[in-house]
Amino acid sequence: MLSKRIIPCLDVRDGKTTKGIKFKENVDIGDPVAMARFYYEQGADEIVFYDITASSDRRDIMIDVVHRVAEEIFIPFSVGGGIRTIEDMRAVLLAGAEKVSVNSEAIKKPKIISQGAEAFGSQCIVLGMDVKRVEASKSIPSGYEMVIHGGRTYTGIDALFWAKEGERLGAGEICLNSIDADGTQDGYELTLTSLISENVNIPVIASGGAGNIDHMFDAFTQGKADAALIASIVHYGTYTIKEIKENLHAKGVKVRRTWG
Amino acid sequence: MIAIIDYKAGNLKSVERALNKLGFSCRITNGKEEILSAERIIFPGVGAAGKAIEDLTHLGLDKTLRQAFETGKPVLGICLGAQIILDKSEENNARCLGLIEGKAKSFPSPLFSVKEERLKIPHMGWNDVCLIGKHPVLEGMMPHDEFYFVHSYYPMPASNEFIIGTTDYGMDFPSIIGNKNLIAMQFHPEKSGEPGLRILKNFCMWDGHHA
Repeated sequence: MLSKRIIPCLDVRDGKTTKGIKFKENVDIGDPVAMARFYYEQGADEIVFYDITASSDRRDIMIDVVHRVAEEIFIPFSVGGGIRTIEDMRAVLLAGAEKVSVNSEAIKKPKIISQGAEAFGSQCIVLGMDVKRVEASKSIPSGYEMVIHGGRTYTGIDALFWAKEGERLGAGEICLNSIDADGTQDGYELTLTSLISENVNIPVIASGGAGNIDHMFDAFTQGKADAALIASIVHYGTYTIKEIKENLHAKGVKVRRTWG
Repeated sequence: MIAIIDYKAGNLKSVERALNKLGFSCRITNGKEEILSAERIIFPGVGAAGKAIEDLTHLGLDKTLRQAFETGKPVLGICLGAQIILDKSEENNARCLGLIEGKAKSFPSPLFSVKEERLKIPHMGWNDVCLIGKHPVLEGMMPHDEFYFVHSYYPMPASNEFIIGTTDYGMDFPSIIGNKNLIAMQFHPEKSGEPGLRILKNFCMWDGHHA
């Protein structure tokens, strides 16, 4: 039976992770390669890197990080942020990432999804979705709207429509981030997560709001998510990935429990 | 030397990196002589069966692979490389290499779990493998080890004698198959953490015989 995936997310700026990480172990805090290695050994099922480097001429730094990560860890990892062209995708995939995620660029230029899927295969293309709850209307019937620029700009695109459209264009997976829940640690947006997950036939990663293990349990059960993205609750040492997995297993969620 | 067959199908670098990590020298190549003189062969692949076979045939590597298999060289097929070693594939109705009798089939749709949940296609993520027989390449594999899959088709050999391991995704499907000096897995050992690396290491030391 397929396991639910637990995926730590690392924000990287200019080649350094941005969150203040409190590890007991001797990990070079701020070094994305060391952190990826740490989570790999801890039993992460996959790792997501989000490049928040502002200037595009510093992209090579991220490519170098991807190269070094690929030599250290032997599980899939994806890279998002700043992917604007097929060439950007190619650079990241050739450097060793398994998947590449597109977000606002896909909204501006949906063809990047189909072109990417054609060039590299659907399994490589993750559609990143930033979503905000709004009042349901004629143009936003689901009551969830696609937003960009960290939630500051509304696009007028319905999130459910966009998820289906992304699948039709060839995305192999959706990383669904609720801007409302993000950073709250109050739990994932379960209504949104199940709405999207039940209406597409590709895997959905729930993102935004994880504060404890019960939240992850809810995302997998009520939210029907295939995977859960986590950040603070592991970065700040609240839980180890092993603790999360043992706890979920005890509650009857199928997770990968051995990796030695 | 280990030859990783290059027919423009997916990320061969990840296999190369895993072998390098394990300390084995390998080369990504489409050179016929290099492949035939290699000590062993890894045949990876992602993408569609039709295009893969077309590219292989165009490079003349279909014959090379058959020849290498017949000389008894250890051959490892990965992912699509575990499908197009069969006679044919339902994907693009492709005629394939025929190193094992059988065909690659698509998962039925809709597909449901035992709990009546609808299962998504592709089958993507970590799953168990239930071993049916022993095999030197799978030495050290533990019952709870999981492996990383991403696929919509699966290999279905004509006879159970070719099935080495199975995986449950709404149904039991063959996830490891083999014939003589050939072993092939639907999952990606190079992306399956330490249990996957163990398989690659075993393969790199396998003499191609198995009882």
